[in-house]
Parts: sequence; structure tokens; C-alpha cells
Amino acid sequence: MSDHHAHDAHDFQHHVRRYLFVFWALIVGTIITVGAWYVKLDSMALTVAIALLIASVKAFLVAGYFMHLISEKKMIYGILAATAFFFAGMMYLIVWGRDQVPQGTIHLGSRDTFQTPGSPSKAAH
Amino acid sequence: MEIPYVVQPRQDTGLYNAKVGIWLFLASEVMLFGALFSSYIILRIGAAPGEWPVGLLNVWIGMGNTLVLITSSITVVLAWASLKMNNFAKFKVYQGFTILLAMTFVVIKSFEYTDKFTHYEVVLQDNTIYDGHLKERTPTHVVIHGHKVEHGRHAEGEAHGSKTPHTDIRIERAQIKKMENYGPWHNTYLAIYFTLTALHALHVIGGAVVIGYLWGPGSKLWKTDPERFTNRIEISGLFWHFVDLVWIFLFPVLYLL
Amino acid sequence: MQPTTTHSHTHGAHEAHHEPGFWQKYVFSTDHKVIGIQYGVTALFFLLFGFLLMAMMRWQITYPQKPIPVVGSLLNAVLGDVAAGGIMSPDLYNAFGAMHGTIMVFLAIVPLAFAAFGNFVVPLQIGAVDMAFPRINMVSYQAYAIGGVIMLVSFFIPGGAAQAGWTSYSPLASWIPGHGQTFWIIGMVFLITSSLLGAVNFIATIIQLRAPGMTWMRMPFFVWAQFVTAFLLLLAFPPLEAAAIMQLMDKVAHTSFFLPTGLAVSGGELANISGGGSPLLWQHLFWFLGHPEVYVLILPAMGIVCEIIANNTRKPIWGYKSLVYSVLAIGFLSFIVWAHHMYLTGMGTKISTFFQTTTMIISIPSVIILSCLLISLWGGSIRFNTPMLFALAFLPMFGIGGLTGLPLGLNYSDIHLHDTYYVIAHFHYVVAPGTIFALLAGIYFWYPKATGRFMSEFWGKVHFWLSLIFMNAVFQPMFAQGMQGMLRRMSDGAANYSLAKVGTDAIGGLTDAIMKSNITISHAAWALGLAQIPFIINFFWSLRHGKKVTSDNPWEATTLDWQTPTPPPHGNFVAQPQVHRGPYEYSVPGQPKDFTPQNT
Repeated sequence: MSDHHAHDAHDFQHHVRRYLFVFWALIVGTIITVGAWYVKLDSMALTVAIALLIASVKAFLVAGYFMHLISEKKMIYGILAATAFFFAGMMYLIVWGRDQVPQGTIHLGSRDTFQTPGSPSKAAH
Repeated sequence: MEIPYVVQPRQDTGLYNAKVGIWLFLASEVMLFGALFSSYIILRIGAAPGEWPVGLLNVWIGMGNTLVLITSSITVVLAWASLKMNNFAKFKVYQGFTILLAMTFVVIKSFEYTDKFTHYEVVLQDNTIYDGHLKERTPTHVVIHGHKVEHGRHAEGEAHGSKTPHTDIRIERAQIKKMENYGPWHNTYLAIYFTLTALHALHVIGGAVVIGYLWGPGSKLWKTDPERFTNRIEISGLFWHFVDLVWIFLFPVLYLL
Repeated sequence: MQPTTTHSHTHGAHEAHHEPGFWQKYVFSTDHKVIGIQYGVTALFFLLFGFLLMAMMRWQITYPQKPIPVVGSLLNAVLGDVAAGGIMSPDLYNAFGAMHGTIMVFLAIVPLAFAAFGNFVVPLQIGAVDMAFPRINMVSYQAYAIGGVIMLVSFFIPGGAAQAGWTSYSPLASWIPGHGQTFWIIGMVFLITSSLLGAVNFIATIIQLRAPGMTWMRMPFFVWAQFVTAFLLLLAFPPLEAAAIMQLMDKVAHTSFFLPTGLAVSGGELANISGGGSPLLWQHLFWFLGHPEVYVLILPAMGIVCEIIANNTRKPIWGYKSLVYSVLAIGFLSFIVWAHHMYLTGMGTKISTFFQTTTMIISIPSVIILSCLLISLWGGSIRFNTPMLFALAFLPMFGIGGLTGLPLGLNYSDIHLHDTYYVIAHFHYVVAPGTIFALLAGIYFWYPKATGRFMSEFWGKVHFWLSLIFMNAVFQPMFAQGMQGMLRRMSDGAANYSLAKVGTDAIGGLTDAIMKSNITISHAAWALGLAQIPFIINFFWSLRHGKKVTSDNPWEATTLDWQTPTPPPHGNFVAQPQVHRGPYEYSVPGQPKDFTPQNT
């Protein structure tokens, strides 16, 4: 079993040190994120990548240590694995679906593409 | 009749009931916010080039709120650890801080909201655009503290340190074609910003109410059934960390990118 | 269970011996069985209500612009000008159509199939004393009831109920005047909350409260079906909740989540909105729920049918493991097939191909389940009682519904069939003679456990045969109508559309035979309504006058739900059941009887 079952105070002092470490890591992560934004990197892609990468690391720390996912039971992992699958499927397929929309349709939503005259649909008649 | 595994974990799963319950609930929350993040992506990549406003929000305030939430997360987890170490007084202190931090977050957020709701874009009959905060509104004219928007620089915000100096501008009502504040109706960025942050703020408030109850009247349970009480703190803590987790993504997505 | 020592607990145990009052017992109950019955009765009411909406719409379809007999003047009195002179206006037709779908799906079938049967049966079948979170269970029902009331109230507000179909596509839904859509959204938020709480409760109960020895592979198939259903509700509903929030914002805060730039409204004027939204986004989020929802409708029905077939063939279910793996496969796949509802949106060919492929794949586990149930009949000494008749009818009816779905799942054929009566016929075959027959089977089957009395067999059989005949008379002709191109949302039953024809085979025209089948369908539908009267009377009459059960296990079943007192008391079991065997040990050689309960 995990060290989770030991309830004595000494053991928890150890945990508390770990929590505080995670806390400072989260603070530093936030500062780096804002710092990367502040220096205004030339590449937008790089800015996005840095911001999301750091956010993911922070999320891992919070979920892993504050929420104890690092030493959780199999059943919880199962539930979260299913959720992750559906989450990824939803996001990927919706975005991919948007990406596949033919040019010149109203789905694209932008002013420019809308003004492009599309050929009138024959199906409407 | 008594329901088993309310406090003690079931042997084969190693979990007590509420732990399963909260994780299932959080799973559904992941899908809720996931759908909104998907919508964000769709709206953003669907925006015409240059139409998506960047830098409308004050990054430093957002960063401050991020730090507030992170700090509240550590106090929640320390409060729970204090109970595990049988230190009820320490729990009270830590969790008291959590509630204060939650309130701080909501107050800061409400200032941000107010700022947006008093921030106007005024389009005149000749299509000149003024942008700034409303200072005075009478039946005949309005005064805004802001600047004239040069064509094409529409989406530039204040956070990047706008070079244009802000002055008080008096505009006659008759000249105004359209006057609209930066509420959710102004553009899709603000729509998703308000929706996401308001939903998140509702979670913060809901979590704070539960934590506040368990800190106040609910803490009597510590005397009669300390293990069950500790479990409740763990459950409310899991929810709170999730709320923090959502913000960890909301901050860069809405403020920085 | 666990001995308690604290003062407050012993005091509580003492008080539990008092008979709770009426409100405590029937309205604010936390007992899963009472909540199940609350759900069941409420859902049956909505089932009838939804049917009546449709019955009135059928009049307008068959005899357009003629006053509805009997109820026409009543509609006029209650709803005002939308039913002037007892004639159903197109607006009212749209409202009834939207609400028929909404009520049937979200207020009738899902609550009946998932919440009512799940609540009553699941804890009994896994040997639990109650649900894991009884108070959340109560709140779940209350949220459902409030959602239902909001939906009902919306009929009477100025402008009437929502009119944009149960799918509420934007921008139409955001742009219809009146507050019907706002009520619909708020009602949905309550219903979604109810479903989420229910789903959390079911999954936690099945994971945590199985009796000792009740391993995963000893669970009755019904419990498996409910388990997967709960996961579908848990994970598919939140995106719709998100979409509902955004549509609400579009409606009340004038945002443009689903409203594109350049949206033209009445008279070609541009709408006064910021624009930039995506109508496609609503459809994605709606169908992300909408498709798993189809399986929410069908999986509990399959579970019920499985229980009844096992019991009445007196032999083990053929391929129990295949059933379990198939239902899990359906659960996973149902999340990645949704956009087959969207082939006509012009979302692109690659993505259509992807969804077409997954749609074809998901039909495989469905066919496995149906095959297992069919093969289970082979060599059984079948008892043809009322529950069994309904369960048997489920198999071909669901089969028709499923097979006619294949042309809709294929991109090319769907383009012709989309939004026609063919679609209506297809999904009603799945849900009406499919799921509803299974639910009726379940009611006849578990009624003795809930009340201690049987429902009348004779009237049950009358109910069954009439329902079977009229169901098919209603939906079979619709396939033909749809294939000829009759569109599903026309309030005059395509009368104007049909006039547009210039020759007998001109595009757009409908043949007279197809138009006349409207009359057959409507009369069959009204007859179907009358055929439910024996059921309704039987349901209430049997409460007091039905044949009494002579044992706690009148059907001689193996699962734990029948190893309790009748009706089961608060806490269900006399002693903690200990499970020793699988769920369907019927006619096992060497056993004294032809059934061996799981706990012996």
C-alpha cells in the first residue's frame, strides 16, 4: 500500500514539506509564464507553447500532489482515464471538424470570408 | 440501516464513498470546462485576422489573482494535513486564510468586471472611434477618459502600455452613432471571457461556501466523528484544487495569449 | 452494520423505529425505492403528456387548418391566439413539436429508464441497503421535478414554449421572439443537474456498495447497462450544459457565441450583434450529448430485456461476457460518432468519413447484444407472460430501428434522407416500440416486487397486442414517406409541398398514396393512445385489486432483487446477502430447482 495510510504526525511533516515545495514551484511557474509574456518573444507559437507547457506542469503538480493523484487508487485512475479519453476526443474532433470546413461558408464566421460570394446552393430549390 | 464505507474505505477499491463521488463530479466538471475551452479555440481560430483582441486585460491583476488562488490551495492542503496531525487549532487558522483568500479573489475579479463594464467604445457619425472609461453621462453629452482609436489599432489594449496618452474627451450625444461598453456583447472574446470567468467565479463562491460551512458550524463534527470530518475537508479540498486547476489554464489563455 | 457507540447515533437508531409521516415517506424520502417510484410516476405522466402533444399535432398534419375536435376550443381558451378557433397555428405546431421531443427524451424516457428503474432495481440487484448518497438522490429527483415544472410553465408564458426543435439549433433558437427558449434552457440546466447527481450516485453505488461476493462479472447485465449509462450521462451532459449556458448568454446578454458575422434576420437586415460566432459549435456540443443520449435511451432497455428474457426462458443468458464487453464498447464508441447527425452542415468530407466509419463500427456491439439476446431464446422453455411478450417484441422492433439507422449513418444516403419522416420512423422504432416496450416490460415485471400484487395478465396481453399493431401502423408508413422526400417539420403535413408537383414524378411532389398515408398514421396514433387505457387502468386498479403474490420471488428469479421481503422495507434485506454465483443460473443440472439465486 502507499504511504498514505500512515497517519502519524512525523510522516505528515514530510508531506507538508513536499506541499510547500509544490507551492513554491507553482509560484515560480507563474512568474516564468508572465516573464515569458513580458519579454514579448517574436514567435507567437513559442509564447503559446511556453504558456501552455508551464500551465500543464502546474496542473500536474496540483493534481498530482495537492489532490494526491500521484498515489491514488486504481478505480480513480480508471474514471479519470475514461474522462481524459472523452475530453481529448471532444476537443480534438470539434477543432478538427472546424478545420475541415470548406472555405467560403458561413461556418467560418469571419467578416472577410462571409463577403466572398459563394455559389448559390441548388439544393435550396 | 446504515450505508457502509461512509468513513472507512472499502477493501477492494480502497476508497470511501464520497471520494468516488467527488472524483466523478470532477470528471463531469472537466467535461464542462473542456467544452468551454473547445468553444474558446473554435471562436478564436474562427476570428478574422486581427479581430481577436489581445491584451484587453490587465496581466498584473490576473497574475495577482493567480497567486491568491495558489496560496489558497496550499492553505487548504495544510488545513487537511493539520487535521491528519490532530491539530484542530491549526486547521482553523489555515482554513480561515483559505476563506479570506477566496473572498480576495472574488473582490479582485469584481473590480476587473467593473473596469470592463465602464470601458466604452464610442463610434461617431463620421466613424471616428473613441475608446476609454466613462467619466460622466448626461442627456446631452458623455465624457470619457481615453483616446481616439487609430484605424487598425482597434484591438490594442492597455496592458501592453499603450503609447497613446489618455485624456478626457467630451462627446455630444448627437454625434454618437453607437456606444457600447466592453461587456460580453462587445465581441466573442469578451463573451467567452465573461462566461468562463463567471462560471469559474461561481465555483470559487460555491467552494468558499462549503469550506466556510465546514470551518464554522460544520466543524462540530470534529468532536463526534473526527475521521469523517477529516474526509469532508479532504473532499472540499479536492474541489478547491480543481477550481485552482481551472484557473491555472484560464490565466494564460485569457490574459496572455 | 458497524456498531456505533456515540450517543447521537443510538438516539438516531431509536427514532428510526417511528413510522415517518406522509411528507417524509413519499415526498422528501431518501429511500431509493420511493425515489425510483417518484421518478417512475412523474415520468409516466410526462410520457402521456408528450404523447398528447403529438396526438394534437397529428390532427394538424392530417387535416391542416381544421379545428381540432374536443380539445381545440380548450387549447384556444388556455393558450390564446396561437390556437384561434381551435386551429393549431404553425407557431403552436412548432412549439408542440419542440416540446414533444424535449419532454419525451429528457422528462419521460431517460428518467423512466435510467432514474426510475435504476433507482428501484440497481441497489436491490447488487445487494446494497440504499444508494451511496441518499440525500443527493432526493435532490436529484427534486431538480428533475423543478425542470419539468419550468418546461410545463413555458407553455403558458407570452409567446409560448420553445419552438426551435428539441435540438434547439442556433441561430434560429436565439432569434425566435419570446422567452420560450430561455425557459427551455433554464429547464434543461435543472434536468442536466439532476442527471449529473443521479449519474454520480449510480456509479458510486455500483463501485462501492456491491454486496460481498458480488464481483464485477457476477453483476446482472441490467446493472452493467446502468453503469455505462451513468457514465454517458456524467460525461456527455456537461458539454450540453456549457452549450446551454452559452445559448443563454446569446439570448439574454446578447453575445454571439453561435451567431455568425453577417447574420441576416427578418427582411434581409443584418442582425445587430457583434458576430464572429459559430452555429456549427452549437451542433457539435449538442450532439456530443445527443448521440450518447441515444444510448442512454437504449442501454437500460437492453438491460431490462436481458433480465426478463433470462428469467422467462429459464436458461442462462447466452454470451454474458460478450454482452458486458459490448456494452462497454458501446459506451466508449458512443462519444466519437456524434457528427453523423451533421452531414448536411457542410463540415467537410474528411470529417464526415471519420464519423461515418465510427458509426458503422458502433453498430457491431449493438448487433452482438441483440444476437446474444436472440440466441438466448434457443432451446428455452419460454413462459409467454406479459413482461416476456414486451421483451420479445423489443428484439425485432429495436432491430428495425437499428438497421434503418445504417443508411442514415452513411454520408451519401443520409443526404437524401436527412430531416425527412424516414428519420422520424428510424429513431421512433428505436425508442417507442423499442425502449418503451422494454420499459413497459419492466413495469409489468417489477410491479409485484414494488407492490406485492401482479398486474392483470389478460389486460396486459390486450395492451401488448394492440400496442404492437398500432406502433407498427404508425411508424412503418413513415419510412415510405421519408424516402419520397416528405420533410419532418412541415406543420401542414406537406400539403403545400405536395401541391408544388407538376407531374407525377416531379421533384418536390409527393404522390397521393404518400399523402393519404398521413391519415392512416394519425388514426393508428390515436388508436395507440386508446390502447394505453387498459394499461393505465390496470396500473392503478392492480394496486388494490391485483392478484397477490404468494412468495417474495414470484417469477422464480435468480438475481438479488427478488431475495428481499415484498415490498422491500427501508434497508432492503433482512440480512446482508452473500453472493456465491453468477446472475443467471437457471436450470443448472444437479440443483434442486430450475433457478439458483445468487445468494445461495
